[in-house]
Amino acid sequence: MSRPVGLAGGKSDGSATNPGIGPFGKPATRRGTEAWMLGFAAVIMTAALVLVEANQEQELTLAIVWYGLAYFGVFLIAHLAVRRWAPYADPLILPCVAVLNGIGLVMVYRIDLALAAKAEQAGHTYTGDAPKQVMWTAIALALFLAVLILIKDHRTLTRYGYTCGLIGLVALALPAVLPRSLSEVNGAKVWIKFGFFSIQPGEFAKILLMIFFAAFLVSKRDLFMSAGKRVLGMELPRARDMGPIVIAAGVCLAIFVLQKDLGPALLFFGVVLVLLYVATERFIWVLVGLTMFGVGCVVAYSLFAHVQQRVANWIDPLATYDDPGGGYQIAQGLFGLGTGGVFGTGLGSGRPETVPSANTDFITAAVGEELGFVGLAAVLMIYLLLSMRGMRGALAVRDTFGKLLGGGLAFAIALQVFIIVGGVTKLIPMTGITTPFLSYGGSSLLANYILVALLLRISDAARRPRKPTQPRQQQPAIAEQHTVMVQAPESPGGKS
Amino acid sequence: MNTPLRRVGLAMLAMMALLLANATYIQVVDADDYRDDPRNQRVLLEEYSRERGQIISQDGKILAHSKKTGGRYEFQRRYPNGEMYAPVTGYYSLRYGSGGLEHAENEVLAGNDPRLLVRRLSDMFTGRDPRGGHVRLTIDPKVQEAAYEAMKERGHRGAVVALRPDTGEILAMVSLPSYDPNQLASHDGRKQERAWFRWNCDPDGDKGCKEHNNPMRNRAIQEFYPPGSTFKLVTTAAALENGATKDTRVESAASVILPGTRTPLANFGGAPCPGSTLQDALAHSCNTAFAKLAGQLGADKLRETAKNFGIGMDDLEIPMSVTPSGLGELGSEAELYQAGIGQRDVRLTPLQDAMLSATIANHGMAMRPHLVKELLAPALSVLEPVEPEELTGEPALSRHNAEVLRDMMIKSEQNTLGAGPYSHLKIASKTGTAEHGANPKQTPPHAWYTAFAPYDDPKVAVAVIVESGGKHGDLAATGGALASEIGRLTMKAALEEGQ
Repeated sequence: MSRPVGLAGGKSDGSATNPGIGPFGKPATRRGTEAWMLGFAAVIMTAALVLVEANQEQELTLAIVWYGLAYFGVFLIAHLAVRRWAPYADPLILPCVAVLNGIGLVMVYRIDLALAAKAEQAGHTYTGDAPKQVMWTAIALALFLAVLILIKDHRTLTRYGYTCGLIGLVALALPAVLPRSLSEVNGAKVWIKFGFFSIQPGEFAKILLMIFFAAFLVSKRDLFMSAGKRVLGMELPRARDMGPIVIAAGVCLAIFVLQKDLGPALLFFGVVLVLLYVATERFIWVLVGLTMFGVGCVVAYSLFAHVQQRVANWIDPLATYDDPGGGYQIAQGLFGLGTGGVFGTGLGSGRPETVPSANTDFITAAVGEELGFVGLAAVLMIYLLLSMRGMRGALAVRDTFGKLLGGGLAFAIALQVFIIVGGVTKLIPMTGITTPFLSYGGSSLLANYILVALLLRISDAARRPRKPTQPRQQQPAIAEQHTVMVQAPESPGGKS
Repeated sequence: MNTPLRRVGLAMLAMMALLLANATYIQVVDADDYRDDPRNQRVLLEEYSRERGQIISQDGKILAHSKKTGGRYEFQRRYPNGEMYAPVTGYYSLRYGSGGLEHAENEVLAGNDPRLLVRRLSDMFTGRDPRGGHVRLTIDPKVQEAAYEAMKERGHRGAVVALRPDTGEILAMVSLPSYDPNQLASHDGRKQERAWFRWNCDPDGDKGCKEHNNPMRNRAIQEFYPPGSTFKLVTTAAALENGATKDTRVESAASVILPGTRTPLANFGGAPCPGSTLQDALAHSCNTAFAKLAGQLGADKLRETAKNFGIGMDDLEIPMSVTPSGLGELGSEAELYQAGIGQRDVRLTPLQDAMLSATIANHGMAMRPHLVKELLAPALSVLEPVEPEELTGEPALSRHNAEVLRDMMIKSEQNTLGAGPYSHLKIASKTGTAEHGANPKQTPPHAWYTAFAPYDDPKVAVAVIVESGGKHGDLAATGGALASEIGRLTMKAALEEGQ
């Protein structure tokens, strides 16, 4: 896999040997491909909605037309925005997001129907989440546009590195220090309530902190790699160079752990580790990080009862089925996945609502039940495609900050999917976290659209032809900005 | 910087590969375990969203059907006259699963049977709701009702089984005390729970448990009892098959000593036998005669004849599985003596006891007893009829010997209390009074009656057991006094058919 990614890096570098370049040296924007793929996503989404209605024996109501149009409108606007403000962006990223968001909307709507029917029998009323999710998607689109329009060049973000870091930390810490009445929803103290709606600032802090770490690491990269003492064959950076990053990471982890929010903690830790590794090119950091992680796990396991419970639920959810806080939810998810089998029960024909929080943490169990292993595998492949395309942009872009941020963002998507889907399918202990684009929840959706806008921006920069045209093309890829070395011509997309 | 980025890309690939491998494990390899876990409500919800087939009697009377509820579980099982038919239908409960025929024929009733597949596919294309197939039973409601009411109004515990001798069709299967399966089919969890507790709790261990005498135990096929004198039919059949005739002279003393012991084995009432032939001995049910006969025959010959009556068969299903009847060890002559009169370790189910009479009525050939007449598709077309079948393929006794034994049973019936008013039914019978318990002389005996009628063209065979001296726990209870009337009423109902 690394080979095609590498080739991709070369391809978008703008060298004369590249076949993807037009006769006048201008690379194709490939926006047509994106339009087609988006159309395909819309067809999938519409077909899925119709299937749900048919299997639930609902009449084809105006509601679906409304959902369909809203969906169509959102991605039409997104596509036009990309055409206008990031014309060279990767053509597959947006369609991947569109399919995932579409499947998410359909599943949320489908679980609404089931919960509404259940509530009706019990004599309650249930207000669906799907309309809210559509509204969040629209707001997410607005943020997406804002990022594309305001951030013309991702490198400008390096100037706001420390600002981003500070805001991120404050946002992360805010729910922990606010009184419960303003910050607690369903027992989780990770929210900020604004009257009629609430957001989880942690979702946004994740991106802000990644910008900070990337900017910081890029600016100190030389120092990490040269000035330091050798200890046990490993070059340790000086404490004053490492200080800010260690402090920031430590504070973040502490906040997550105090909030018992293990999923985001894991995600954050993994992303920081990867950023460190990519920036320093020293694999030893990964080893050090993993060792720390292992020690942390053991300590957390011996200290916290809730961690022990999670581990017990992971080892055998059926055994702890009846315990308070036990494996009931995971077992229900597994029952759903097992009942779905290879081909699933069909959209609208399963019983995904029997799993608690079916439309948030356990939405992949719902997908696996109704679309089967085949559907779940397809969704995972789309995630892989999405994060790989993001990674490809990072490989191809010429500046180190872009590489670091792009790589980090792409990895964040993959790791988040791994954490939540692994938890649902009992691969790893369950740590609650949202499923990007699929699960119901405004903050997650907004944050992930911002993330995707940044990825598009970086991939656009990677393929955009450089302004001084012919003469510069003869030259090998030359360092820009913070770079250190000039690389040999045979790897044009390589170190820059 | 691209090398580490590529490696991170590889790591992402590896994570997805792990997820896919794990999902394969959960959804393909282990899927069945999760799907079939009893805590997985999906299977039940699915089952309850389908209209389960009906259980109907031979003449089409509905014994169990499904009714739409409009609730989360779409259909609820209903049992008109549930208590009377509970031993036949069994139950179908959300919490407690299913029992009896509901369990044994679940595949057809639920619509999962492969024979219903074509129909299921066509339902899928035509968009009709899939439904289960129906089961038509051999039960004759008139016979069932007569037997049930006869037992119930006398306040007895026990069982009645009525068979058609030439086909093995079960016309009635009654077990008392009974239970109302509607309570278990309720969709109200607490109602189910209370009913289950009332009928299954342990009176010694569970708090708030009242004595209930196991109403959910189907005494006709799940419980075995010492058959007492009704077993003399088997002993006589074995003797006849091994050269005896009705005029063979047999022991007539009032009492014999069990070989190798000092324990006496006495006739009922302690008197000598009024006659000295085999025929007299059966007519008067003389214990000493049959004890000695069994001793002379030996274990092998007795077992051989018993086998072709069905005793000892351990895989009989009607389609519910029937507890095997047996003769015990028969290790010593003393045991043989006692087994010859249906005591010691001889244990028969009431169904098996009815099969004794049915076999003799069918000229010595035992027919496989069965409860299901045919399986029907949802639209009532026949999926599979059940054909009468010989039980072992070998007669328990020859046609001639069967007639000899029949004549003896006719004499026996004439000597039985209350036979007079039913003489027009032309009954051939044998009663039994079986001792049981740790202290047999102080425990009210089980009263037995097995018979068939009419003797010149048998249409019905029955067995009746009244447990432990009946309602009043009478120590002096006998088969003739307690059980025979119930058997006769049952046969009367069966013979009225078509008249």
